[in-house]
Amino acid sequence: MVLVFAESQKGNFKKTAFEAVTYGYKTAQVLGTECVALALGTAHNAADLGLYGANKVLHVADATLDQFDSQIYAKVIAEASQQVGAKVIVLSHTSTGKSVHGRLAARLGAGSVAGVNSIPTADGGFKVKKGVFSGKAIAEYEIKSEVKVLSVMGNSLQPAVVGSAAPVEALAIAVPASRVKVKSVSRIEGIVPLPEAELVVSAGRGMKGPENWGIVEDLANVLGATTACSRPVADVHWRPHHEHVGQTGIAIRPNLYIAIGISGAIQHLAGVNNSKTIVVINKDPEAPFFKAADYGVVGDLFEVVPKLTEAFKQFKAAE
Amino acid sequence: MKILVCVSKTPDTTTKIAFNASNTELDSNGVQYIMNPYDEWYALVRALELKEALGGTVTLINVGPADNDQVIRKGLAIGADDAVRIDMNPPSALNVAFQIAEHARAESYDLILLGKETIDYNGSEIGAMIAEYLDLPFVSYATKLDTSDGKTATIQRDIEGGVEEVEVDAPFVMSAAKGLAEQRIPNMKGIMMAKSKALKVVTPAAFEDKAVTVQYTLPPAKSAVKMIAPENMEELVKLLHEEAKVI
Ligand SMILES: Cc1cc2nc3c(=O)[nH]c(=O)nc-3n(C[C@H](O)[C@H](O)[C@H](O)COP(=O)(O)OP(=O)(O)OC[C@H]3O[C@@H](n4cnc5c(N)ncnc54)[C@H](O)[C@@H]3O)c2cc1C
Repeated sequence: MVLVFAESQKGNFKKTAFEAVTYGYKTAQVLGTECVALALGTAHNAADLGLYGANKVLHVADATLDQFDSQIYAKVIAEASQQVGAKVIVLSHTSTGKSVHGRLAARLGAGSVAGVNSIPTADGGFKVKKGVFSGKAIAEYEIKSEVKVLSVMGNSLQPAVVGSAAPVEALAIAVPASRVKVKSVSRIEGIVPLPEAELVVSAGRGMKGPENWGIVEDLANVLGATTACSRPVADVHWRPHHEHVGQTGIAIRPNLYIAIGISGAIQHLAGVNNSKTIVVINKDPEAPFFKAADYGVVGDLFEVVPKLTEAFKQFKAAE
Repeated sequence: MKILVCVSKTPDTTTKIAFNASNTELDSNGVQYIMNPYDEWYALVRALELKEALGGTVTLINVGPADNDQVIRKGLAIGADDAVRIDMNPPSALNVAFQIAEHARAESYDLILLGKETIDYNGSEIGAMIAEYLDLPFVSYATKLDTSDGKTATIQRDIEGGVEEVEVDAPFVMSAAKGLAEQRIPNMKGIMMAKSKALKVVTPAAFEDKAVTVQYTLPPAKSAVKMIAPENMEELVKLLHEEAKVI
């Protein structure tokens, strides 16, 4: 059986949870077994996880699980997996999933691969792949232990509706007291966080100064995209740190990444080159970013970006 | 505080990546290796700052072959007191964490620090694994760590789309993200002193690997970039809609 930990935030499941369930469903098909989802703490509409292929949903409703502690989560997920006899445990490769993943592997003596981006194969051993060396290679692993733990890289597959609402069963697991006290949680409201964003508009030093970002924001608003930036721009505080993408910032893989006035240094590419489609706008035809791009525009961003915004506006109006 | 900092060696992002003839191992010829930046810039430096403020020791640990001594010496030059290297070429993350936990169990560290991930495999697993083996709390993606007494710590950590503040008592394991500290460049005195600091080489404990790399492949080549004239943004929008199908 494949057990998927479906992450929720304030009781709501996120796209990463649907991706994980889709991944678990496909893995279960490969193994010829069932896919069961696990929800922890407050969880609204848990039955909907059935849409993405969960045969049933187990729910540990204890409200203390609304606060995250990797130790408690690992204990509860491990116990749930043992109760139902899960052979593969699937998590999302998010900050929550990543903090639990290693603990689960150690706790269960399970082989693990973190950040997988394709469905496992099972003929001649259980094998699964992930991207390594900043996207410059793909590594294939074989997991030999009876129980296996995987975390799924965001945006590596599309959640697909394959079923209908699933039965939700309450699962009683004693939740021990946490040794980590959460004092406050603050989230930037109103925007899709970068790791989950499907559309990203990003800008770099070519912008010349923070006062010019209006044209970037206009473009992002028309598209409903999240804004990002290169590291030097965050370092000099033209933009907030949470927008910094790349090797030392956030790694993202949106469907569309529009890079404006960014040269495309390898450390920047390390965080964005898994994007499905990359558009580069740069006045220098020799900018290295063009080599990693799908579509390129050589021109002055101060002229090109407003034109692109206008073209998107017309496209949206016509739709 | 008695602090352990886990450091690893990784290829620099700018190096060319190639594999051996059977595609089972990285071809290390010509690869430029560095200390994993998250270990060096953030975990190690914050550990040194805590030692400077509260007293104590900072020990480095690495699980790897003798080639790794160069990276370990750099950590000593930056200011760590001594180092331990578990002498093996570790085939899996779980093995690395197991070896570190075996060492740490006997030493009773107040704090075990490491970078949030390595820049080659980005697994982000080791800290959580060590914490589980030692039954300790684990605080991941820390951008700020304050403690006035070395016993209770207040930590800010990155979470999806936001920031969380937590309080935890030592001993615990913590992974370091950007912002936790500022990179320190080793100076001449540090480099000289590092040569005489203790680097203990330890035989690994027996461990059965459960996940191993079977082969590496190169990603499919990217098709050539399509150039669009700057005055023709309608064309770009059309391509994104009809060809790339992303809008
Ligand atoms: C260890 C390490 C880690 C790093 N990590 C990261 C990271 O995580 N993320 C990151 O982004 N960087 C990182 N860097 C820095 C990286 O090497 C580059 O220096 C950085 O990405 C460059 O940012 P940029 O492209 O905005 O600026 P620049 O390289 O200065 O490029 C500006 C670009 O704008 C173009 N331009 C200028 N004016 C216009 C105009 N009017 N119209 C159109 N185009 C214009 C220029 O042609 C140029 O290509 C790291 C570096 C190191 C050493």
